[in-house]
Amino acid sequence: MEVVNLTCVECPVGCSINVTVDGGKAIKVEGNGCIRGKLYAENEVVCPKRVVTSTVKTTDGRLLPVKTDIPVRKSAMFEVMGLINAVVVAPPVSVGDVLVDDIFEGAKLVATGNAPTK
Amino acid sequence: MKEFDVLIIGGGPAGLAAAISAYDNGAKSVCIMERDNRLGGILNQCIHNGFGLTRFKESLAGPEYADRFVKQVETRNITVMLDTTVLSLSGEKTVTAISPDRGYFEVKAKAVVLAMGCRERSRGALNIAGARCAGIYSAGTAQKYVNVKGFMPGKRIVILGSGDIGLIMARRMTLEGAKVVAVCEIMPYSSGLRRNIVQCLDDFGIPLYLEHTITKIEGKDRVTGVVVSKVDENRRPIAGTELHFDCDTVLFSVGLIPENELTKNAEIPLAKNTRGAIVYQNRETLCSGVFACGNVLQVHDLVDFVSEESELAGRCAAEYAIKGISAKGGVNVVNGKNVTYVLPQKLDLDLQSNGLIKLYFRVSGAFRNCVIALSCGDKVIVQKQKKIAVPGEMETLVIPKDKLSLIDGDLTLTLEA
Repeated sequence: MEVVNLTCVECPVGCSINVTVDGGKAIKVEGNGCIRGKLYAENEVVCPKRVVTSTVKTTDGRLLPVKTDIPVRKSAMFEVMGLINAVVVAPPVSVGDVLVDDIFEGAKLVATGNAPTK
Repeated sequence: MKEFDVLIIGGGPAGLAAAISAYDNGAKSVCIMERDNRLGGILNQCIHNGFGLTRFKESLAGPEYADRFVKQVETRNITVMLDTTVLSLSGEKTVTAISPDRGYFEVKAKAVVLAMGCRERSRGALNIAGARCAGIYSAGTAQKYVNVKGFMPGKRIVILGSGDIGLIMARRMTLEGAKVVAVCEIMPYSSGLRRNIVQCLDDFGIPLYLEHTITKIEGKDRVTGVVVSKVDENRRPIAGTELHFDCDTVLFSVGLIPENELTKNAEIPLAKNTRGAIVYQNRETLCSGVFACGNVLQVHDLVDFVSEESELAGRCAAEYAIKGISAKGGVNVVNGKNVTYVLPQKLDLDLQSNGLIKLYFRVSGAFRNCVIALSCGDKVIVQKQKKIAVPGEMETLVIPKDKLSLIDGDLTLTLEA
């Protein structure tokens, strides 16, 4: 059994959380200010995940901001970046449009900006 | 000359929220002047997530957050002038501006909202010795290059300053294939959010050198390296502690300065500690009918609070334009021990206002288990306990309505460790 100290990254408060880990699992979470923090801490000691944000090109040469709709494995972030960088989309695109249904392990790639037709 | 009830200078998060709020509170003609070719301001280049958790209870990317407000502007009868730079503002609320479509022109407004935001403190302000070669950028400029223009400023990066933009750019450059060899911070603590240290530096094994600064930039045509030195308690470099890093790019993330040239030229008094206008609780400056909100008033950590403050300013600007409600006289709110600034700096207790008075402030160091107190002479009006207070995180204190009657003179906000 060990106690791991984490800083929660879910929101700007950045709670300092102590997680008691036993057998590769979180058995106790203390210090979190909300349920998001509990889930973050439980996940962080097993398989840390992050939302990846980046940009993709449009067919007319603009950049469009994008994100994964759910966090992806932190250890695979560079692989995910490679996959995102290969994506090219045709305008028009609006905030919230799904650009790739499954970019990596079930995560969708979603537009976070607009690229209207020129 | 065209006339508006409320004219808003700047179409970033502050201007957008102020415009919507002014319109919804009865201003019949509202105009936003924005110098860029689109609304949204700096949010457009902040493609990382984490915006909107307070306001929308979800984690949005910057452009997504902006889009929610732009859509609201579009559904209202609000005039938007893009590519429009405001040149001057007079106390009579006449604004001169210039744009490719209209040329040089003037408009008049009953109320003006200043929402021009910030610009970045530059290398020049720090007096760092060494070469004036290519490869030196402010972090925000690099962010625009990478996220909007689509090219990388360099491959091997040293970042000076651990403010949030520097931290965010450390991660962004790393994800795009650059190597960030060091982030240097002159203070013994980061001015960025704790979570950004974790998710932008620790996640990628990027070292943070606290109490270190760049003392020399090397290179002829292009940066080839930097010398970094440890600093003493007076922030002076210590001889013999020099470290050398090879790099082709240096990013500066050393603070934001409210962009108040218009305000100064209009002879509206500014506060030294915030570098923004001195305002009443309705965000009215000492020039009647001119309001200010967002980062041009005080540098916020979170856009959610920019929106909140700007809605207040927009509403009060509408109330001024329609009903002539204006703040006058009143008491001063002064920053006392361990507090670097407090805003608003003035309270008009007779002002018709249907909102709670909320003070925003920053503390001067890292404190644990401290007590924050607002007092009027010997009387404590409000106080609260705080587990942790750091300069990088803006604090707030609400004055309950039933305590307002206790105020009979200037107020002082202090922190006791």
